Amino acid sequence: MTAHSFALPLVLCSAFWGLVGIAAPWFVPKGPNRGVIITMLVTTAVCCYLFWLIAILAQANPLFGPQLKNETIWGGRFLWE
Amino acid sequence: MGSLFRSEEVCLAQLFLQSASAYSCISELGERGLLEFRDLNPKVSPFQRRFVGEVRRCEEMEKTFTFLQQELRAAGRLPAPCPESPRAPAAREALRVQEQSEQLAQELREVSRSRSSLRDRLRDLRQHLHAPLGSPPRPRALSEREPILDPSLHHHLDRKINFVAGVIHPWRVTAFERLLWRACRGYLVASFVEMPEPMEDPATGESITWVIFLISYWGEQIGQKIRKISNCFHCQVYGYPESEASRTEAITRLHGQIQELSVTLEETEKYLAEVLDKVAQVLPTWRVQVQKMKAIYLVLNQCSFDVTKKCLIAEVWCPVRDLTQVQDALRQGSVSGSCFVQRVPTTESPPTLIRTNKFTAGFQSIVDAYGVASYQEVNPAPYAIITFPFIFAIMFGDVGHGLLMFLFALWMVLYEDSPRLRQGTNEIWLTFFEGRYLILLMGAFSIYTGFIYNECFSKATAIFPSAWSVATMANHSSWSSAYLATHPSLTLDPNVTGVFQGPYPFGIDPIWSLATNHLNFLNSFKMKMSVVLGIVHMGFGVMLGVFNHVHFQQRHRLVLEFLPEMIFLLALFGYLVFLIFYKWIKFSAADSRVAPSILIHFIDMFLFTSNAENLPLYPGQVPVQMVLVVLALASVPVLLLGTPLYQWCRQRAPRTVRPRPLAAGEQEPLLEGQEAGNSVNATTEDVESGGHSPDHDFAEIFMHQAIHTIEYCLGCVSNTASYLRLWALSLAHAQLSEVLWSMVMRNGFVGLSYVGGVVLVPVFAAFAVLTVAILLVMEGLSAFLHALRLHWVEFQNKFYVGAGYKLCPFAFAPDTWE
Repeated sequence: MTAHSFALPLVLCSAFWGLVGIAAPWFVPKGPNRGVIITMLVTTAVCCYLFWLIAILAQANPLFGPQLKNETIWGGRFLWE
Repeated sequence: MGSLFRSEEVCLAQLFLQSASAYSCISELGERGLLEFRDLNPKVSPFQRRFVGEVRRCEEMEKTFTFLQQELRAAGRLPAPCPESPRAPAAREALRVQEQSEQLAQELREVSRSRSSLRDRLRDLRQHLHAPLGSPPRPRALSEREPILDPSLHHHLDRKINFVAGVIHPWRVTAFERLLWRACRGYLVASFVEMPEPMEDPATGESITWVIFLISYWGEQIGQKIRKISNCFHCQVYGYPESEASRTEAITRLHGQIQELSVTLEETEKYLAEVLDKVAQVLPTWRVQVQKMKAIYLVLNQCSFDVTKKCLIAEVWCPVRDLTQVQDALRQGSVSGSCFVQRVPTTESPPTLIRTNKFTAGFQSIVDAYGVASYQEVNPAPYAIITFPFIFAIMFGDVGHGLLMFLFALWMVLYEDSPRLRQGTNEIWLTFFEGRYLILLMGAFSIYTGFIYNECFSKATAIFPSAWSVATMANHSSWSSAYLATHPSLTLDPNVTGVFQGPYPFGIDPIWSLATNHLNFLNSFKMKMSVVLGIVHMGFGVMLGVFNHVHFQQRHRLVLEFLPEMIFLLALFGYLVFLIFYKWIKFSAADSRVAPSILIHFIDMFLFTSNAENLPLYPGQVPVQMVLVVLALASVPVLLLGTPLYQWCRQRAPRTVRPRPLAAGEQEPLLEGQEAGNSVNATTEDVESGGHSPDHDFAEIFMHQAIHTIEYCLGCVSNTASYLRLWALSLAHAQLSEVLWSMVMRNGFVGLSYVGGVVLVPVFAAFAVLTVAILLVMEGLSAFLHALRLHWVEFQNKFYVGAGYKLCPFAFAPDTWE
């Protein structure tokens, strides 16, 4: 029902995971676990960002639409406005 | 990076210990737990070793301790827990412990024995007491029946009436009576009476109501027969005093005896309790001390004795970082500071040591379960900390289930120090407890992937409003209510302006959960996602191999192995990823009728054919694909022949040509002795050892490389397909969730009355039980297993050898009694 932009979520998510994966490693305090924590941050950022990106790109240009039951259409038409 | 990246440096060292201070040095080293001792006397049997006498002494002491422990347990006491770990005792103290323990055991035996004999006597006396006390009263009323019992009639008969009283087991009464009657032919009168209170049977220990009998008879022979019969039936026979006065006198005497005996018994019991208290206090400490002592002597048995220098030599594997600590320990343990440690060069492959904390230990253990990392090769564990829970979560993605899993793990983590959780004995519970951090991360990532899949207990949530507008489609196609009534299902067409308004910002659009063709979309999405993530994971694995090549000074392998591998992977499968992303971006609903199929293009790429109906994705696609295939095929012979040929050339050229092999040779001896089943990458150094015939080595190297090439190339294809299990399991999980909801929980909402509200409670109970049992436990274990397989096989066979062994330092294990 509402128009969703593609650019805004892209920018926000990239910024968020970029913060986690690129900026946060600089602020990890020195200690015996510094290497492990940095590895964890970078891996998390890469995995989660990639997963979200795949999800949004798969829906960006749909080739077909959802097939709904007539009851759903009736409900969605009047209740989802 | 930290020590999790690769194994620490471990060196072989020799300890020189003076005989006098050897024991205390080893004790000191055992407390710190740094070194692994090697057995220098492997061919010597345990009975011929140097310190076999000491070991035997320790074992004898342990036997005494076991006896003391049994006595404690029989008395129903628990030994006091050992406060802190006591050190191994010196020789004099050990002697004292041995003497004391034997003395205590002796005392305990004696006291127990005297107590049991006192008890027996007491019971006998009590039985005896009951015999005259409880014996049937003189049946004056039955005098016409038993006239002989009346002593006043004695003088009428010229025979003396004798009495026998005794106690017999109740089950034997009828047989006894019958036998008496048959044997003595009525020359006796027997009467039986039950004892007023039950007493203990000495043989079986159970309490039985004994039966007291009183037999009156005349004639000596009858008396003998009766006594023999009583003997047969194992009954206690007591004399029966005739007159009333002697009876009462006997009773008082017995009472007195019983009283004395009870007092003595009480004293004995008190003394026994004191002894047991003492034992309970010192036993735990002694046990720990003697166990440590035995361990130290077993280690000392592994050392070799140098007669010329009169010292013991021990060979140990020692982490290089801890050498100063070892020196410290030796200085503390030895009397005159005469013990020292010396590093020794070796060609054998040292054990692997990777230090972990309580968080990383779980992840390291799942990597080690497949194979311990070879010495100093890259450890996959730090990456598995995140990729393993992430891959699990892809197969498990559901917000509700992930939240439950996360909360369960959070409870375990927050209460991990509670002794009740730590000392569980159930093996399955212990497995879950050991993996609590693993489960915590798995739950957390499952919540994230659940939000992306938009599934919460199989229901979608509309955090953002959906991007598909039903109203616009309905208005555009004039779907009136009458039209809807005649058409059970209709499709929204994204070509119509306004129907599709942009991609859902976070995850899958909630309208898909209402659609009947949602699997069409989700399958395509999840399959492509699995392939993309799989290729990224495998590419990462190949890149980790670079660290190995650089560390082991095999830079030729960077060009001759890493490069062809990467080219093969990226030219074929990296291109596939590119096609997937390109199609997502470039093709929309407008060309949905003519949208090309990636699968057909991929197949045509390999077969060098083309399909007229399948339009190209971009101009110039065919020549680009041809170039990529040729590139990939060209990298195969490089991978196959590159490294063997390079090594053959190096071996043929004289050794003085380059100083480089010499510098590399210092690091390489650590690899040389390594022969393992699947270490195809590590045996290339066999050529350096010299003394082997070059042709034989070349054939072996070539064969290893051929196996590696075939494994890699075929593996790329099959492993990519193997990653499709991510799609399969997530589909299964989603379908199971949906079935559980629609067939179980929804039935609770059918009734809208108050009764319906009451019915909802058992329906929810069934839903909850099935969710936990099927979706959390079964699906969780299944996803765990498949994630593990993907890591162990598909990810690790790109770079990991895993042919090492762990460093097991000599340390005194924490108490695990009972």
